[in-house]
Amino acid sequence: MSSPLPQQLQSVLAPAGEAADRIGSLSWVLIIGSLLIFVFVMVLLALAIGRRKGGRTVHTRLWVLGGGVAFPVVVLTALLAWSTARTPGWMERPPPGALVVGITAHMWWWEMRYRDPASGQEVVLANELHLPAGRPVWLGLSSPNVIHSFWVPALGGKMDMVPGRVVHLMVQVDQPGSWRGQCAEYCGEQHARMALHVVAHPPAEFDAWLAAQAKPAAASGAALLEEGKNVFLAQRCNACHTVRGVAEEGKLGPDLTHVGSRLYLGAGTLLNQPGAMAHWIAHTQAVKPGARMPSSSDMDAQALAALAAWLEQLK
Amino acid sequence: MPFLPPLSRALCLLLCLLGGAGLAACGAKPADPVPPLQLAVRGDAALGLRLITQYQCGTCHAIPDVPAARGVNGPSLQAFGKRSYIAGRVPNFPDALAQWLVSPASLVPDTAMPSMGVSPEEARHMAAYLGQLK
Repeated sequence: MSSPLPQQLQSVLAPAGEAADRIGSLSWVLIIGSLLIFVFVMVLLALAIGRRKGGRTVHTRLWVLGGGVAFPVVVLTALLAWSTARTPGWMERPPPGALVVGITAHMWWWEMRYRDPASGQEVVLANELHLPAGRPVWLGLSSPNVIHSFWVPALGGKMDMVPGRVVHLMVQVDQPGSWRGQCAEYCGEQHARMALHVVAHPPAEFDAWLAAQAKPAAASGAALLEEGKNVFLAQRCNACHTVRGVAEEGKLGPDLTHVGSRLYLGAGTLLNQPGAMAHWIAHTQAVKPGARMPSSSDMDAQALAALAAWLEQLK
Repeated sequence: MPFLPPLSRALCLLLCLLGGAGLAACGAKPADPVPPLQLAVRGDAALGLRLITQYQCGTCHAIPDVPAARGVNGPSLQAFGKRSYIAGRVPNFPDALAQWLVSPASLVPDTAMPSMGVSPEEARHMAAYLGQLK
C-alpha cells in the first residue's frame, strides 16, 4: 500500500479537519482584524498630520475613553468569548467510536501504538500516524524523557508531551491525504529532525493497512534477503530494534517490522527511496548527528547491501 | 573539679572526648585494601578484550587497544578503571560493571546503552579488561 507524500509544506492556514479549521479561522480573524485596526489608526494619523490650524477638533476625552478604553474592551471581550466558545473541552475518556492511538515521544522519534481489532494485541509502529478519514481519533500523548510537543498544523493545535503524564488530543480529518508534523518543543540536539507524517486513508483502506501492520515480518525467500536477516542478527541490530517474527527483545529504537512501508527514515529525516536505507545505516551520525543509533561505517559493503535490501522489503 | 568555672569544665570534657576518639582511631585495624565487592570478580582481561571487540562495543565507544573502536555515541572508555562511576550513577565496582554489561537498563533504567546479549560469564572478563584501563 503506497502512500502519497505530502503535497505541501505544513501550514496552519491549510486545515484538514475541524480542530485545525478552528485555529485557521481564528488566525484569519486576527490577521484581518488587526490589519483593519492598523489601517484605521494610520488614516487617523494622516488626518492629524494634515489638519489645518483652527480646524475642527475632537475632544481628548473621547479619544482616551472611546479609543483607549471602550474600543479595546469591546473588541477583546468579543474575541475572548468567541475563541472560548470554539475551544474543545476536556474529555475524561475517548468518545465511543473513536480510534485510540498512543504516541510516545522519544529522543528523537515518535512511537505509535495501535490496538489491532482482530487480535486485541497492541501494535507498535513508528514515525507515521495513519488515520481513517471521517472518524474521530483520540491521541494519548506521553514522553519518557523530556518535554516534547506534538504538532501537526493540518490536524490541530500543539499539545505538550510532559514526562509522567498522558495528555490527549482529539483530531479528525475529513479527506484522505498526507501531512507533515514535527516536535514543537525544543528537546535536544536533533529536535529539528524529529518530524512525523500523517496519512489519512478511506476507512476500509485503513482497516487493511492496520491488519497488514499487525502481521509479523514476512519470511523472506531469496538468498540475499536471508543473508540480510542474518546480518541484522549478527550485527546485533536487534539489541535496540524489534522486527516482529524475527527478534522482539529490542525496545530502545523504533520497531522495524514494516520499515519498508514508511515514507521516511529517521523520523522524517531521509525520504525512504532506493539507497536511503544503506546510507542511513552506514552514516547515521552524519545524517542525524547525536542520534542514539551509531553509524555502522565499518560493516563490509556486501553485508550492508544485504541488510538494507532485507529492511527495504519489510513492508 | 569544683574550682573551675562551667565554661572551662565543658572545654575539658571536649578535649577528653577528642583525645579518646584519636586513640580509638589509632587502635583500629587498617582498612582492607581491596573492597569486598571487588573480590567476587576474577576475570581474564585478555579474553575480555577479545569479547569487547566481538560485541562491537567500539561502534559506540572509543576504547584504547580495541580495533576500530572510535564510536562517538557513548562516552570514551579510556582510563575506565580510574572512574568512580559507571554511567555517572553506579559506583564502579567490577561486580556492578559486570551486571551493567549484561543489562544496562537494570541499573540505570533510562540509559541509551542496549543489552547486547552478553552472558554473566563473558561480562566478568570484559569487566576485568575495563577495570585495568588506567
